[in-house]
Amino acid sequence: MAERITRDDVAHVAGLARLELTDEELERFTVQLAAVLDHAADVEALDTAGVAPTAHPLPLVNVLRDDVVRPGLDRDVVLAAAPSVEDDRFRVPPVLGEPS
Amino acid sequence: MGDESTYLAAGEIAAAVRGGERSAVEVVEEHLAVIAGREPEVHAFNAVGDAQARMAAELIDRRVAAGEDPGPLAGVPVALKDNLCTAGVPTTCSSRILEGWLPPYDATVVTRLGLAGAIAMGKTNLDEFAMGSSTENSAFGPTRNPHDLTRVPGGSSGGSAAAVAAGFAPLALGSDTGGSIRQPAALCGVVGVKPTYGRVSRYGLIAFASSLDQIGPLAPTVADAALLLEVIAGHDPLDSTSIPEPSPSLVAGLDAGVEGLRIGVVAELMGEGVAPDVRRRVEAAAEVLAGAGAKVEEAEVPAVAYGLSAYYLIAPAEASSNLARYDGVRYGLRVDAPTTATMNVATRTAGFGAEVKRRIMLGTYALSAGYYDAYYGKAQQVRTLIVRDFAAAYESFDLLVSPTSPTTAFPLGAKAADPLTMYLSDVCTIPSNLAGDPAVSVPFGVGDDGLPVGVQILAPALAEATMLQAAAVLEDAMAGEAGTP
Repeated sequence: MAERITRDDVAHVAGLARLELTDEELERFTVQLAAVLDHAADVEALDTAGVAPTAHPLPLVNVLRDDVVRPGLDRDVVLAAAPSVEDDRFRVPPVLGEPS
Repeated sequence: MGDESTYLAAGEIAAAVRGGERSAVEVVEEHLAVIAGREPEVHAFNAVGDAQARMAAELIDRRVAAGEDPGPLAGVPVALKDNLCTAGVPTTCSSRILEGWLPPYDATVVTRLGLAGAIAMGKTNLDEFAMGSSTENSAFGPTRNPHDLTRVPGGSSGGSAAAVAAGFAPLALGSDTGGSIRQPAALCGVVGVKPTYGRVSRYGLIAFASSLDQIGPLAPTVADAALLLEVIAGHDPLDSTSIPEPSPSLVAGLDAGVEGLRIGVVAELMGEGVAPDVRRRVEAAAEVLAGAGAKVEEAEVPAVAYGLSAYYLIAPAEASSNLARYDGVRYGLRVDAPTTATMNVATRTAGFGAEVKRRIMLGTYALSAGYYDAYYGKAQQVRTLIVRDFAAAYESFDLLVSPTSPTTAFPLGAKAADPLTMYLSDVCTIPSNLAGDPAVSVPFGVGDDGLPVGVQILAPALAEATMLQAAAVLEDAMAGEAGTP
């Protein structure tokens, strides 16, 4: 069997997930993720042609509530939990700048 | 296990406090004393809320003195898994990324406990973001099994299970995404219930895998687990996946027995991989149920054999999406960096532990372009097969039985280096989460090593009452036997 997942794949996925891995972590996670995906090979072999996917165990759809105005969370309480705040808003470092 | 005086049933405590025979303050002080004695070696809690518990108890006593009824859990201490939001009280998910965070609201279950007169005793340890089966993945150190401190308590609700087993609180809440209530309940010798998906509101439960997560009770007895489930169950408009049904009556009919019920032993969950001593306990449980008048036969649910594989694609996929919110912007940890993008990466890299990173990456991979159909899409189809096979089995059976965990509690560190081996701990519990059905783990004696064995009873959606009646039969059968924990 071809390699289940390569070190480059893992590095790519880490980037998508906004994680930075050390060389040692890259090695270790490549082996560990390959083992889990190998185990999942048993589902690949199953014939599921024509089987609808299940995303959710309940048949509930379009759950609506009455359109009544009600208070949300208190702004000061929410902002008090933020790492950085300015003028009643969340403050972040520059969004534009050096490429990440 | 705690001595008898601290091991009073929750129902008895509530009755005594409501009747003015015991004070809630006295009940809380007794449990705080037990905690002071053994918590240093067990480490069930991330934080014991002693000051808040004392204040809440004084309030309960004042209400009783004023002639009010504080509710069905009056003065009963309850330990809360630390992924349940408590307003103004730190809620960490045992993760550095939420260390010190104060939620702006209570989870619905926390609100309902308060309305029932219960006393929150503190926040219990868990595998980080509920990802694990041993509570070793906590950023704040592992919890140890009160029956043997060299063993794990199971996970991810290991702190809640250990707290009940050690007598720190007569009741606890956990959450169960792939077995995280039932497996630690089994390993710690207590009762643990995963209700039907949607039975208990998830509002304020910090999300791991939203289509699988469900809050449920842990307790020393089936009756106390039923009592706690009655209090927390029922429709909640704040959770759109909450089932619009009233809270079920569970305690009243608990002694109805199993006479005439058709009960199947799941063949696929009794094979290799299940330790022989655990299998023997399940076979003994089947005999007890048959002796009590149930018609017990072998059941086949073929697709459960694929449950583990499907789960370890679906749950990480949902987790990778849910945990995208931890970006250092609105709450929790921020690690400073020159741009927002680099700050996001630095924060997540420093804030998440190894298992959480592994699952986020596994899920991101399973959802990524080119792999979605092969992994996530396929796993969702397998989920349909599992739902179908359970439905077919429930045409012939009222309930199903299996082991809860393939083994008794394993030593700390034994599976920490090999994630796949750890994942196999959940092979018997995962199918119920994928199907959305309820299941309970009830203690049923000990294995060859003298450690607790849990038997799992599975039921179709909304059939908690029948399921708990069968659990009570097993509990009664064990009550007279010597040498059980």
